[in-house]
Amino acid sequence: MANLEQIFSHVSEPGIVTAAYISAAVLFILCLGGLSNQESAKRAVWYGIFGMILAVGAAVFTPGVGNHWLIGIMLAIGIVLGYIVAMRVQMTEMPQLVAALHSFVGLAAVFIGFNSHIELARLQDVFAFMHNPGTLLANPDRLMALEGQLENLSGFAAKLLAKSPLEIDILRVETFLGVFIGAVTFTGSVIAFGKLAGKVDGKAKKLPGGHALNAGAAIISLILLVVYLMTGSFWALFIMSLLAFFIGYHLIMGIGGADMPVVVSMLNSYSGWAAAAIGFSLGNDLLIVTGALVGSSGAILSYIMCKAMNRSFISVILGGFGNTTGPAMEIEGEQVAIDAEGVAALLNDASSIIIVPGYGMAVAQAQGAVSELTRKLRARGKEVRFAIHPVAGRLPGHMNVLLAEAKVPYDIVLEMDEINDDFPETDVVIVIGSNDIVNPAAQEDPNSPIAGMPVLEVWKAKHVIVSKRGQGTGYSGIENPLFYKENTRMLYGDAKDSINALLPLID
Amino acid sequence: MPRGLEEPNSLGSNQNEVDRNVKIGILGEVYPGENRVALTPDSARQLGKLGHSCAIVSGAGLKAGISDAAYAEAGVTIYPDAQSLCANVDLVAKVRPPTLDEVKLFRKGQTLISFIYPAQNGELLEALKEQGVNTIAMDMVPRISRAQKMDALSSMANLAGYRAVIEAANNFGRFFTGQVTAAGKIPPAKVLVVGAGVAGLAAIGASVSLGAITYAFDVRPEVAEQIESMGAEFVFLEFEESQDGAATGGYAAPSSPEFREKQLAKFRELAPDMDIVITTALIPGRPAPVLWTKDMVEAMKPGSVIVDLAAERGGNCELTKPEERIVTDNGVIIIGYTDFPSRMAAQASQLYATNIRHFVADLTPGKDGVLVHNMEDDVIRSSTVTFEGGITYPPPPLKVQAIASAKKKEKPKELTPEEKRAQELEAFRKATKTQVSLLAIGTLLMLLVGYYAPPSFMAHFVVFMLSCFVGFQVIWNVSHSLHTPLMAVTNAVSGIIILGAVAQIGSSSWIVAILAAISVLIAAINIGGGFLVTRRMLAMFQKS
Repeated sequence: MANLEQIFSHVSEPGIVTAAYISAAVLFILCLGGLSNQESAKRAVWYGIFGMILAVGAAVFTPGVGNHWLIGIMLAIGIVLGYIVAMRVQMTEMPQLVAALHSFVGLAAVFIGFNSHIELARLQDVFAFMHNPGTLLANPDRLMALEGQLENLSGFAAKLLAKSPLEIDILRVETFLGVFIGAVTFTGSVIAFGKLAGKVDGKAKKLPGGHALNAGAAIISLILLVVYLMTGSFWALFIMSLLAFFIGYHLIMGIGGADMPVVVSMLNSYSGWAAAAIGFSLGNDLLIVTGALVGSSGAILSYIMCKAMNRSFISVILGGFGNTTGPAMEIEGEQVAIDAEGVAALLNDASSIIIVPGYGMAVAQAQGAVSELTRKLRARGKEVRFAIHPVAGRLPGHMNVLLAEAKVPYDIVLEMDEINDDFPETDVVIVIGSNDIVNPAAQEDPNSPIAGMPVLEVWKAKHVIVSKRGQGTGYSGIENPLFYKENTRMLYGDAKDSINALLPLID
Repeated sequence: MPRGLEEPNSLGSNQNEVDRNVKIGILGEVYPGENRVALTPDSARQLGKLGHSCAIVSGAGLKAGISDAAYAEAGVTIYPDAQSLCANVDLVAKVRPPTLDEVKLFRKGQTLISFIYPAQNGELLEALKEQGVNTIAMDMVPRISRAQKMDALSSMANLAGYRAVIEAANNFGRFFTGQVTAAGKIPPAKVLVVGAGVAGLAAIGASVSLGAITYAFDVRPEVAEQIESMGAEFVFLEFEESQDGAATGGYAAPSSPEFREKQLAKFRELAPDMDIVITTALIPGRPAPVLWTKDMVEAMKPGSVIVDLAAERGGNCELTKPEERIVTDNGVIIIGYTDFPSRMAAQASQLYATNIRHFVADLTPGKDGVLVHNMEDDVIRSSTVTFEGGITYPPPPLKVQAIASAKKKEKPKELTPEEKRAQELEAFRKATKTQVSLLAIGTLLMLLVGYYAPPSFMAHFVVFMLSCFVGFQVIWNVSHSLHTPLMAVTNAVSGIIILGAVAQIGSSSWIVAILAAISVLIAAINIGGGFLVTRRMLAMFQKS
């Protein structure tokens, strides 16, 4: 019995470890809070990095943690891999990278959940003994074997051992939940990654049965939770993981490319909740704090994105566009093309110019050319500003990052609310590769799928130039009446080539 | 015996002959001090192009600086006197309303174009009717876009507004513009223009360009924009029911007594500060409203000038004496001239002659010298006050409204402070209610959880809930443009899941160790990659 006493001493972490965790939690909060402006953000990242070093250091040197050499190797390999990826990634590929990283968190949560279950299962005998010592005392061989097992217990297992039967039940729920969320996050992120990287078709696709399949899978998972609680069977956990994998896959497959900003923020949120659930199951407050922070961050981002599209979160999750309530408004007129000379003449005459970038600019890698154009126009004393719609691009804030990469000063890059009233006084608006976010149908046509979505009112400017590859509709497949307006001219062709052709003509 | 005069003259019956050139005759002005004339050589040439020949009484243009020779050069026939002219022309044009003596010179079927002021000159109207003259009153031209070119009231008002400032400057002993000179500092003059119609706006323009600080007032709030566009400051009067000037064809309507009181109070407040006051307030068909009372004049500084453009209709200032310049006991100069346009006769004649020419052009749609008095035409109908022996004043309302009436703005009506407070209170109560009920439900759920869950779980749960709150508070402040870095950094931070893997990696079970090792690896990728890419992004954000 002395062994048990000894083992129990491992259960609570030493004060120094807890202190390190508290510091780390504070540093993480400061890190996220620091992102309120561009300058403090640069410092804030360091808070995050130090917090992480502190937390990992404390965790590694907590008594009872073994296999330090393995941790060291894995950490080194992981960080080097992360470094390589982070250095190589193009700014236009940010959405993919973010999605891929989410999938890692999800997978890790699944593995850790499985581990908790395995450790728990291994301790079944010990529990049986602890709660009913008499049966074992009658069997000395069994007792010997148990004692041998206890010698080798890790810190984590020791922690488990200290739990009461009710706590064990709660632990099972937590583990189950962690694995579920983690699994959904994992496959969801993988699909999101595929869609964003163009490896999976971006169109919304659903298996026959649609949401009923998801709902069914979720209900079965719930039943499996009850089964798992009663029996502790690994199979219940395992089948549930498979179902969760399916839900993640099917859910994201059913969401169209234009909704990707919501999806990515949603997965971001999930990865946080997965970490928090794992934190509960491990009894680790730092994990809970961090998971909650990340979870609420993603939730808020999703909310902002949904609001920017005037759609409820549920309707985004339950599937893309296309549920119109009536025939779309007839569009009159035709698209009038313009060439680079014409655009240059307009720009040379203009005194105020607003550029509205969209995903098309990212695809064409045109941000450098746009930046150069901005520099030239500004050098001529013209007022050039950028109007960013909250859902422009495939990631919240995507356009800001691209423009920043191209060295466009951030103080001329404005949000929708800041700039929407200025369009009537603007001479020329250049729309580069955006479509739905400048679609007047959102305000004019109550039957439009995007009716009521806040849009940039570019058509109120004196001239609108739309740089676009061809006459097709955008990602959402909605006709854009803007292209047919009298003051709109279409500049067909690859955005980068178009802008580059424009550059020598500006004087 | 008007009829007797007309009988021997058979020219009237020729009026309808197609091949005959209509003769347009211009009478000289008999009103004392009236210098304008209704025809210039230039307008005579233009009328010639419409197929009309022109005639004028000798010396009619002299006071406007136009000699008979100049007219003759433009092909205008010169008649020695009004009588012979009237006998030989079909259309008579002049500036001021004709005197009753002049009316006797006209004959049946002749057309007269002139200012008439039919509302005030009933006797004249009657005489014209008796005489059988078709009379077109230039002051009755409606204010619709099409008729702007013949709107003589506007063109005269424009001159009057400008001239009013010039007269004021002439009588004002100081600079208009402020200057700092070696000999001391000169404050700028302060000018108040009451009534921002055509004359008012012209006065604002002249006053601003002379450098004075100019204020302007009008009962129609929609002209505030025009006032500000001319460079003056709109004197804002807070009052609920504001009138829509568009309904009355761009003119002001009489205002309610309450409004007037408020207006006077405002003027009383302004009076001591103002150096020059120019009043232009007129309501169509009514005597001018008294807006500048005796006590306001008394409150003004000595040397201040009041120019009352409404003097002819009684004056906006209580002390105005029409056609006179007076100095009050406290040294305020009040100018009540009624002949401002006449004081700029050359300019006024040119504008008026052009207005007349445009009207005649409308009367000769074929440009063939044939007068067609088309009573179906809105502009002609409205301006005609006597026609074929009958009085046709007042005209029926226009088919087209002069100015599109301002759309009823759907802006929520201004709430009184009490209503506003009540509404805020209501909203506050509602918010409180939802918040309280949410909290109650939340607390109940917590209690439920707490009843079953062991204390160890509750301790973690507290941490979790607080973290969610902190997260919500913190993330709302994140700038929109930094959302991508935010995602990247939360990604890195969620790599904290590595702690779980680290805790499990030492397990004696090989499968646990392997899974934990993989978890450490991928979480490490997350941490390394996430932080690094965030740093890369943030480094790119640069201020211009």
